Amino acid sequence: MGQQHLSLEELVIRPLHSGDIYASFQFRTLWETDFMKGNKVSHYRLFPKSLGQVISKFSVRELHISFTQGYWRTMQWGQPFLPAPPGAELWVWFQDTVTDVDGTWKELTNVLSGIFCASLNFIDSTNTVQPSASFKPLGIGNVTDHRFLRYATLPREIVCTENLTPWKKLLPCGSKAGLAVLMKSEKLFHSSFHSEAVHIRPVCGDVECKSVSWELRQTLDVVFDLHTSGQGKREWSLFKMFARTLTDACPLASSSKIYIDITDNPELSPATPLLSQAVVLGDRRTFSVYDLTDPSTFGTMRTFNVQIKWKNTEGDMLRPLLHAERYVAGYGLQTGEIHTLMYNQHPYRSFPVLLLDSVPWYLRLYVHTLTVTSKGKDNKPSYIHYQPSKDRIRPHLLEMLVQLPPNSVTEVTVQFERALLKWTEYTPDPNHGFYVGSSVVSSLVPSIVAMDTNNTRDRPLFSSFFPTKEESSYFIRVYTEPLLVNLPTPDFSMPYNVICLTCTVVAVGYGSLYNLLTRNFQIEEPNPGLAKRIANVIRRMRGVPLL
Amino acid sequence: MLANLVLSFNCTYLAVLLSFIRFNKHVGNFFSSQHTNNWAVLVCTSRFWFNYRHVANTLSVYRSVKRLGIPDSHIVLMLADDMACNHRNPKPATVFSHKNMELNVYGDDVEVDYRGYEVTVENFLRVLTGRLPPSTPRSKRLLSDDRSNILIYLTGHGGNGFLKFQDSEEISNVELADAFEQMWQKRRYNELLFIIDTCQGASMYERFYSPNLMALASSQVGEDSLSHQPDLAIGVHLMDRYTFYLLEFLEDIHPASKTNMNDLFKVCPKSQCVSTPGHRTDLFLRDPGSVLITDFFGSVRKVELTTDAINLTEPITPVEDQEKEPYSYVDQLPVSEIIHQKPKQKDWHPPDGFILGLWTLIILVFFRTYGVKHLKHIF
Repeated sequence: MGQQHLSLEELVIRPLHSGDIYASFQFRTLWETDFMKGNKVSHYRLFPKSLGQVISKFSVRELHISFTQGYWRTMQWGQPFLPAPPGAELWVWFQDTVTDVDGTWKELTNVLSGIFCASLNFIDSTNTVQPSASFKPLGIGNVTDHRFLRYATLPREIVCTENLTPWKKLLPCGSKAGLAVLMKSEKLFHSSFHSEAVHIRPVCGDVECKSVSWELRQTLDVVFDLHTSGQGKREWSLFKMFARTLTDACPLASSSKIYIDITDNPELSPATPLLSQAVVLGDRRTFSVYDLTDPSTFGTMRTFNVQIKWKNTEGDMLRPLLHAERYVAGYGLQTGEIHTLMYNQHPYRSFPVLLLDSVPWYLRLYVHTLTVTSKGKDNKPSYIHYQPSKDRIRPHLLEMLVQLPPNSVTEVTVQFERALLKWTEYTPDPNHGFYVGSSVVSSLVPSIVAMDTNNTRDRPLFSSFFPTKEESSYFIRVYTEPLLVNLPTPDFSMPYNVICLTCTVVAVGYGSLYNLLTRNFQIEEPNPGLAKRIANVIRRMRGVPLL
Repeated sequence: MLANLVLSFNCTYLAVLLSFIRFNKHVGNFFSSQHTNNWAVLVCTSRFWFNYRHVANTLSVYRSVKRLGIPDSHIVLMLADDMACNHRNPKPATVFSHKNMELNVYGDDVEVDYRGYEVTVENFLRVLTGRLPPSTPRSKRLLSDDRSNILIYLTGHGGNGFLKFQDSEEISNVELADAFEQMWQKRRYNELLFIIDTCQGASMYERFYSPNLMALASSQVGEDSLSHQPDLAIGVHLMDRYTFYLLEFLEDIHPASKTNMNDLFKVCPKSQCVSTPGHRTDLFLRDPGSVLITDFFGSVRKVELTTDAINLTEPITPVEDQEKEPYSYVDQLPVSEIIHQKPKQKDWHPPDGFILGLWTLIILVFFRTYGVKHLKHIF
């Protein structure tokens, strides 16, 4: 019985209210096999061998890695289909057969740094945490013992063509055919937001969910700016965004579609009769669908390019219900305060959010100053998990479940003190500052429209990432900005060292000379023996002159 | 007639012998370098936007080396800072070497093995000597053997006897010479070409003492290597002079060209470079005139034709599983479960030094106050 391999590719284009345009590529490869029971696999077809070997060697149950450049502006752009924090983020669920999770995690990060040409080998115990309630597995399974979960971010990590190149090589068609032809780095990195990710997880293999398939999702989200790439006009086309047009679908893909969001009525040319409605992020949106496996899409010129035009309408955008911000307050290089703000913009419903904060050890948090206030009043979290840091060994971990009241701002503040690092621990550019990773806010947000809870049905990829369990709410994750904090830095520059040395020499030289010239010298009796000293003590007590 | 036959036989024998000797000479030229694989280690040691030209230098050598045949798996590329996707770069994902943005040396297919803070003296020496931690991936290793020709290119800011790494540490010429000696003793190279483009670069190869090393530098001791030209749109100098003319020279080389090292020594004379490039060949066993450029910059591919059939193994069929209860997705935010979550059982650790010390102190004070006679009741 052959193992089924399936590959789907999809591009979703959504015009945004601010005039920017959001394009999200998703490539999904499904493989009907089971890594989990310790089965050995030898024949790889569409699933890339490098990742398959990583999964079986390190007994990985789920792997999520993302590389992002830029920060997602929720208030201007709405919610993304796949959230990601700036920099690199890696979280992994291991299978319960792993005995040494930390050792396996370290080896896994090194192997991934070779595959993706990124400095993931800087992930070690000082920036890895083990969340106790966030980041539940996104795939199927019953075990949720958080001992097997590891989460780490590298906010400083840069994304460039050298990360895109191996990412493209993992696709079944590479960058030669299908939607991946559009991915040229000069256009993709000239954008406000660029995020590429790889997600591997086990999913239901059939409708009854009795067999397991392994799913590899590769996603690339990019937001092109109206002014830098769009020349100020709300008129976009595939050629304007990517400098390429499509010529064919990937022959290995069973489905290759382009969805364009027409809920706000933009003009499309060429128009298409195919429409589809989908409930995504709690809202029912209408999409125009272009099917690339149908040769008539390409027309007589054997090329496909679509133009999108829309007008600047005011105030029609659905305000995002959950939004989070973070900043550092205070002055000086000794203390400071971290403020995290979470906005609930629903008019009458409140919902719970889980806040995960991972702060490096060199910002010593004073947890007794932790306050959570909503609308001016104290808001006591229903669950707090705090793991204090150990210098140079592990970071702070703070997880709280907070209920956000409707139409309010909840502020979480905590004071910290900055540590002085050892001089070898500073980076080569210490005056740039040190980064603190983004906070993660996970929440079940009430939905306006009923969500589809049947997770095994065929749905467009962009709506099937987070599994939905109930109809009235959907799960989202919001990331805050990373923080850039200055630590007290010694002056590594040459003048400082020269001043120290000169001052030492002057002090020693001049000091000795001064002493020689100004001190008075007296002749002193040599030290008397022990018996004489005791005798002197007795004579002093008697009041008799000393020997 | 027999004499005729013998004569003709002798003639043919002689002809065959002569042609064999001639053939041998050609064959001799082909295999005279005795290397079977090529490696390249290309390092840019400078950080910060104004050192754009050092990254451009390294990338142009990377581009030439890839073009002439060395694959990415045999190149270790170390860039200390990211210029292409730097926020100051007006054209993201590009690094130009010629002004007016004529040539993008960054390209579309680049694999950087060590980047950012990973480019340190320690990592560089570990790559050269092969002493890397066991979990290092293959793309970050220099897996050369005794039949490898290695090209090492260094660029950055340097001085008399040292090269600065990332503005915080430096490598001296003695350390470099010792690293090469370790490579020689471990038989990690057949021949090595060392090119350095920094100020006073010739000081870096003064201390070499291992055999089969050839070195080139962009300037002599006491001279500075100068940069070539600024681009007004990007705002920085794009390349250093020596590497600019080296790139121009290498653009004319193709994988089958017969140009030799003496031509490479003539690249960038004082009129173009302002500094005097130097070279060192006394440790090299072969005559530089017989060393081809492609011996170091290109790649030898040995192709073996075989008519034997190879049996492929059968794909492993997975064992069918008996139990078939349906799986389900996990609840992403189970609020009630989280609130009533029991704190996880902490692993028991033996008490550490502080607690032990404190208890010892308490017990000692107890026994000092009340007398040692209680001890014998306990033990």
